[in-house]
Amino acid sequence: MSAVATTPLVALDGASRSFGAVHALRGASLALRAGEVRALMGENGAGKSTLVKILTGVDRPNSGTVLVDGEPVVFHSTADSRDAGVAVILQEPTLFPDLSVAENVVMGRHPRRSFGRIDRPAMKKSVQDLLDRLGVDLDPDRPVQGLSIADQQIVEIAKAMSFDARVLIMDEPTAALSGREVERLFGVVRALQARGAAVLFISHRLEEVYEIATVVTVMRDGEVVHDGPLSELPEDELVRRMVGRDVNQLFPKTEAEIGDVVLDVRGLSREGVFYDVDLQVKAGEIVALAGLVGAGRSEVVQAIFGVDQATEGSVSMNGTDLPLGKPTAAVAAGMALVPEDRRQQGLVMDMSIGQNATLARLGEMRSRGLLSPKRERAEASQWGERLQLKYGRLSDPVGTLSGGNQQKVVLAKWLSTKPRLLIIDEPTRGIDVGTKAEVHRIINDLASEGLAVLMVSSELPEVLGMADRVLVVFEGRVTAELSRAEADEERVVRAATGRAPVTEEIA
Amino acid sequence: MSTPVSAPPGPSAPQGPAAVAEAEAERVSTGRRVVDRLIRARELGLVVVLLAIVGITGAIEPNFFDLDSIKETVLNVAIIAVMTAGMTLVIVTRNIDLSVGSILGLTAFLCGDLLTKHPGMPWIVAVLVAVAIGAACGLLNGVLVTWGRVPALVVTLGTMYALRGVAFLVTDGRQINAEDLPDSFLNVGSGTLLGIPTLIVVAVVVILLFWFVTRDYAWGRQLYAIGSSGRSGGQAAKLAGLKSDRRVTQAFVISGALAGLGGAMFAARYGTVDATAGDGYELRVIGAAVVGGVAIAGGSGSVLGAAIGAVLLGTIQTALIVLKIDDFWQQAIVGLLIIVAIALDRLIANQSEALLRQRSARRRTSA
Repeated sequence: MSAVATTPLVALDGASRSFGAVHALRGASLALRAGEVRALMGENGAGKSTLVKILTGVDRPNSGTVLVDGEPVVFHSTADSRDAGVAVILQEPTLFPDLSVAENVVMGRHPRRSFGRIDRPAMKKSVQDLLDRLGVDLDPDRPVQGLSIADQQIVEIAKAMSFDARVLIMDEPTAALSGREVERLFGVVRALQARGAAVLFISHRLEEVYEIATVVTVMRDGEVVHDGPLSELPEDELVRRMVGRDVNQLFPKTEAEIGDVVLDVRGLSREGVFYDVDLQVKAGEIVALAGLVGAGRSEVVQAIFGVDQATEGSVSMNGTDLPLGKPTAAVAAGMALVPEDRRQQGLVMDMSIGQNATLARLGEMRSRGLLSPKRERAEASQWGERLQLKYGRLSDPVGTLSGGNQQKVVLAKWLSTKPRLLIIDEPTRGIDVGTKAEVHRIINDLASEGLAVLMVSSELPEVLGMADRVLVVFEGRVTAELSRAEADEERVVRAATGRAPVTEEIA
Repeated sequence: MSTPVSAPPGPSAPQGPAAVAEAEAERVSTGRRVVDRLIRARELGLVVVLLAIVGITGAIEPNFFDLDSIKETVLNVAIIAVMTAGMTLVIVTRNIDLSVGSILGLTAFLCGDLLTKHPGMPWIVAVLVAVAIGAACGLLNGVLVTWGRVPALVVTLGTMYALRGVAFLVTDGRQINAEDLPDSFLNVGSGTLLGIPTLIVVAVVVILLFWFVTRDYAWGRQLYAIGSSGRSGGQAAKLAGLKSDRRVTQAFVISGALAGLGGAMFAARYGTVDATAGDGYELRVIGAAVVGGVAIAGGSGSVLGAAIGAVLLGTIQTALIVLKIDDFWQQAIVGLLIIVAIALDRLIANQSEALLRQRSARRRTSA
């Protein structure tokens, strides 16, 4: 069989898409053929999600065409792409939590019987068949509420199969899955591939890509920079094409003087979430908590800060024990937490940049009992300058800023409280490459000024490039503690996937 | 929130894989039973509370069992219950309709006015006019909510006042009196059909119809899907290709139409209608739905449960009157009941979610 002869089921030809002055996609082409699993690689902001949006009918290109079976088409909506046999599995499944698994699968296409009533037995049977074919044990009658992300993805896949999707687009489906769940998902993908489906697989985990994909498209800055069989592209070459420069350059690590222990956590546990976590952070030190999404890292830092109540263990700052579950005590002791979800937890999106930046110190912004906008502006602009914040006016809503600049506002808010310890959860999630480096520089600068930094990050290069020490968390336990010298990709990934126990320094 | 969860699946006495799997299966089905029981407990619980109130009140004050007293209660409930069915559809889609009381006031007057001015007109025509006017008001609500992208709370708060204002304009200080209305119409309000009060028959038919439609028809299930996905931005409904705007508008139209029907029922039942008719009904209707287990956040609750909620609230009100309890206490007790209902809802939701999560976690570890 010759690959050239087969017409792609779905293809993109020379698609461009720009948002104002930003070119998200420049003349990108991509072909999805039956029986192929194509990896789509690229850094955040390389244009992958724009490409996915065009293929799924969420967005339309400024120029270029979408082809279905070789014929040019226009997807006006997700319904159009679905009718063409394209299904998408997102990192966060989009389901109806109150409805049953079966109803989620058939929603919009309920089987009918006499008088147009829903044929429940037929609905249940068809969904049960799909689940059996996927080889998973799920009760079609139970509500989706409470299902794990992995099971929810299975429901999404069952939904895709139920309307005979020929093209399955998977956007970082493994990000929140454990090793075993990834294996199960890959089993399902291989089964679909064998039945002649085309799969577009997006992931940041190289080993997974090499395990499942046959061909690869590499994107950088909105352009397709490589297209070919994956077997001909070694891993380091792939990374170089994605990044376009050496990875080490990205993280200008400045040596900081390491001082006394600032944060000392002993035997911290939260039943059912994480167990027996010991960790210390010294002044001037950057400690990274690495691991997969869902390993319990965010939960650990939230318990340290006191947002969540730990069931056991102790947290002390500068030698003083803190009461567990009391964020105000943590703040008073000099802790600051920059949360993972900026939009939900870090910022008040409708308030101005200036108001957000000074929110943690409202008391000091007072003048004769009233908030003084003048003082607010002075304070905010001072931090804006220091963090090289790019903004129009301080009175603009913070929601108008880019992700990276929003992150700077959150940083300003907390840094203005003069913390001794900065806890930062996924510091560069959703931030473009350029601003990313700036955020890294800021964190490095802060550490060199003597701030203790505890960072949660799922991005391996960030962990390896920034941290003085790396603690790897797997399923709620610290499985490895590695010094900067010891930490390399393989060791961290092994410990993070719980595959082979790393012998050194396990508590 | 930290819900007390049983200990994580630890290495408890190894017994060989078969035994473990068996124990697993047993635990899973227990979990499911508990969840099912919690969910069913909702409607059953309402009935139990209802019977308890009837029993206690009747024991203290045997007058409560007077035929008139019962009939009075049930007739009052009939109008509220009909409107609650429509309200349930709207709340399930994660919206709310505050305008139903005003729609009732307007349509009750127009219905009565029509029959007063054209005594020869068959009463059913006037009823249909009331329903149509209600539906038109609902359409206005729906269009403003979906096309205008204005929150339903704001839209219907606006139409609540606006339609009440229209009712005052139309009535122009007049009042419709029973003696002006044709007897055939008034007979509907006080008469019986096969021995059952006609208004009750109407309410039961409406409730069963919409219970059936929301349970067994794709249209109804889509309302639940829209409300359920609304909590996370409505993406799921969009991806499933549901015509959310159209469905939400239809729910408002039905709510309006049933409020119009309620207006006609009101005119037939009381005979006396002025511009203030149905004042405050919107809150009684919403209260009935909430007490009946309709989640204010959308996506769950049934028309039947909401109807039982209406009966429960109506019975409590009568019971408190029969027991000669202060008017102030009546309101306070109804309010308390609504809060208890919502708290109970959250509790059940949290418990069943925790149980479901535990079940999947167990299955995963046993896989």
